[in-house]
Amino acid sequence: MRHSSAGPTRREFLKTSAVATGGLVIAFHVPGAKRLAIAGMAPADTFAPNAFLRIGTDDTITVLLAHSEMGQGIWTSLPMLIAEELECDWGQIRVEHAPAAPAYAHTAFGIQATGGSTTTWSEFDRYRQAGALARAMLVAAAAEKFGVSPSECRALNGVVVAGDKRATFGELAKAAAALEAPGSVPLKDPEDWTVIGTPRKRLDTPEKITGQAQFGIDVQFDGLLTAVVAHAPTFGGTVRSFDATEALAVPGVRQVVQVPSGVAVVADHFWAATTGRNALKVEWAPGPAAGVDTDALRAEYLELAGTPGATADETGNVAEALATASKTIEGQFSVPYLAHAPMEPLNCTVRIGPDGCEIWTGTQFQTVDQGAAAAILGLAPEQVTLHTTFLGGGFGRRANPANDFVAEAVHVAKAAGAPVKTVWTRENDTRGGYYRPAFVHRARLGLGADGGIIAWDHVAVGQSIVTGTLFEGMIGENGIDPNSVEGLIDSPYLTGVPNRRIGLHTPAPGVPVLWWRSVGHTHTAFVVESMVDEAAHAAGRDPVDYRRTLLADHPRQLGVLELAAEKAKWGSPLPAGQARGVAIHESFGSFVAEVAEVSVEDDRIRVHRVVCAVDCGVAVNPATIAVQLQGAVAFGLSAALHSSISLKEGRVQESNFHDYQVLRLSEMPAVETYIVPSKAPPGGIGEPGTPPIAPAVANAVFALTGQRLRDLPLKLTLQG
Amino acid sequence: MRLTINGTAHDVDAAPDMPLLWVLRDLLGMTGTKYGCGMALCGACTVHIDGEAKRSCTTKASSAEGKQITTIEGLSDDGSHPVQQAWAELDVVQCGYCQSGQIMAAAALVASDPTPDDAAIDQAMNGLICRCGTYERIRAAVKRAAELGGR
Repeated sequence: MRHSSAGPTRREFLKTSAVATGGLVIAFHVPGAKRLAIAGMAPADTFAPNAFLRIGTDDTITVLLAHSEMGQGIWTSLPMLIAEELECDWGQIRVEHAPAAPAYAHTAFGIQATGGSTTTWSEFDRYRQAGALARAMLVAAAAEKFGVSPSECRALNGVVVAGDKRATFGELAKAAAALEAPGSVPLKDPEDWTVIGTPRKRLDTPEKITGQAQFGIDVQFDGLLTAVVAHAPTFGGTVRSFDATEALAVPGVRQVVQVPSGVAVVADHFWAATTGRNALKVEWAPGPAAGVDTDALRAEYLELAGTPGATADETGNVAEALATASKTIEGQFSVPYLAHAPMEPLNCTVRIGPDGCEIWTGTQFQTVDQGAAAAILGLAPEQVTLHTTFLGGGFGRRANPANDFVAEAVHVAKAAGAPVKTVWTRENDTRGGYYRPAFVHRARLGLGADGGIIAWDHVAVGQSIVTGTLFEGMIGENGIDPNSVEGLIDSPYLTGVPNRRIGLHTPAPGVPVLWWRSVGHTHTAFVVESMVDEAAHAAGRDPVDYRRTLLADHPRQLGVLELAAEKAKWGSPLPAGQARGVAIHESFGSFVAEVAEVSVEDDRIRVHRVVCAVDCGVAVNPATIAVQLQGAVAFGLSAALHSSISLKEGRVQESNFHDYQVLRLSEMPAVETYIVPSKAPPGGIGEPGTPPIAPAVANAVFALTGQRLRDLPLKLTLQG
Repeated sequence: MRLTINGTAHDVDAAPDMPLLWVLRDLLGMTGTKYGCGMALCGACTVHIDGEAKRSCTTKASSAEGKQITTIEGLSDDGSHPVQQAWAELDVVQCGYCQSGQIMAAAALVASDPTPDDAAIDQAMNGLICRCGTYERIRAAVKRAAELGGR
């Protein structure tokens, strides 16, 4: 179905389609010197020793990122890995996102993706090796030029020196490009590192403080139209019929086209598109989730939590141990659906040409999106050129196995027969699903005579993130989605309990769900650390001291606990009306302890200060780590204090930042970060700071008020 | 309508109710000013109109006729405005999407209040959302910008 108020601009855009390839010129060897070429030729006079690096005769060093910069700082930390081995001049480094291509596949996942706090550790060897390989070739070229052996040459600050002879990398680039690349090169001893472990300022600051940084929503070229799509009011709903008359009457609206996800108003600019979308009349057929009511769903989940569910883990005899325990404690917990709400609403620009398609978008899932676009258009993946722009936040939302915003934009451009930037309004974004799933947990703990935990009976209820996606293979025995129980089945508190059972119910109410910064840990850490805190109080023990006992055999958890407690001066007096709470959690290969200092004014919880201790193995850029902990605390506090997505009759009730509230500046606590010195392999850092903050705050609220809050967002019951 | 943006007059053919944000971004190609919410809830679209911080997503372009409009592109030629200097010095940005608005709001604040205290910063900056959580550095950078001399 297609209505047109103005001639489509297919011919116009075909004329301009050659322009877009001009900006991207890549050719490279993969390490091992197997030559690949993508999307063009290497610029003349460029030494491109591998997929991640180009050295120009003008001495510029261009680092290509296999991952997406979405605020986490890899625009700086991945170049640091290369610079450590390359011995280049830091000031000469330029950074670009790599194109979507197999050479940039994630070293652990096999797809090109950014997520799971994996970028640093998954690239730790590959990017250092890329730098080392290039250095070896530059040194070889210099040795030849100087007539000395390579062992007499030394590379430093972008120059190769041998005695009184010197040549810059740029001067050597041409000669190095003619050499055969060695297979691999020994990497530096960590004792000799001069870049890794030193704080480096962000390389993307200049363009981000002048408005020059290009995000997906900023893509522009002649003939590009803008679309806003009317989505079904209930998930899975479909178009029954629509009347585009009034939409087409809006000046600037060009076309109204139906796509699988709804009805798109295609216009000269966003304002016309959104005005047209508001004037559109659509009859919707309800989707399978049309009956969902989150209050009813929570009640249903609470009921399910009273039944065993599929067994995720079982040891000893939990029923018997509970029956003989000196004390039992019990709690039921709930967390709502959450939208990621990145500041840049979802968007994607698509230009379809006679032989292929070009896409510009901020995505965390390059090759997956590329494949989806290719499938829609009947193309081979390599016929889809995907340009990654800066991402105005991701948090998991831009890593969607269902490719929603990319697939939709491809459908719109295809139906419109024109290049189109499809932009989601904030309302589309808030109501568009792919939420952190709502969960309910029920836990019963039995304490022994000494206060130790002898039994832990736990049932979790919530949707699977991976069911029905290309990640379905993650689902293990008994239908357990590891995303639902991570941070629970592997919690050192639980694995230390001799009698335990963890059950899981995986209902499927049809609300689209997705990974949201720290995924399952967002709720499991809240529940586990709240219950451990309750156990400490039930045992009459100090919360830090009690955890110290439970974690005695877990040196990295213990290390962050001790450091955070020391830096927060745990046990020292606070101003009147304030109390501390603590939580520790391991996720994504790193360990974080947080101590929150909290007060309560009327029914408002105020977090004044958060002391974080982190053990993330080798700290590549300590500056990034401190910033990521601040950000993780802010993100987690939004969920702890404010955010919630609710549905009635299948309709999402929230729509924008007035009713889907997030943390604002006046509520931001002072966050201090202390890094445990470590030579262990690097862990993740984007997510691990998020899980501990909600329980640390809830535990502080308990210490202050005696109220044990077990539902997020935390709501105090007013007393007196 | 004729709009004066960063000191240059632009004749634009826009409906009178078209928000200034979309005139800037989609008609004039000045994409430094960002869309975040469309309801003046997040501040990503903040510009100056006659020196005052305004949300361009809910400001009709026609209402800015005859006034001086300043966007992030016009705050300085080279990123040297004291607020931009402070932002660079303290490495404020992360994803960067909200930062044009943050910087414009901060620039209007330090221009009107050479020594903003925490309460003044809360007042001027609380309407601007950052999901990366750069708030602590924003607060520090506003104070640093004031030290550097406001405007």
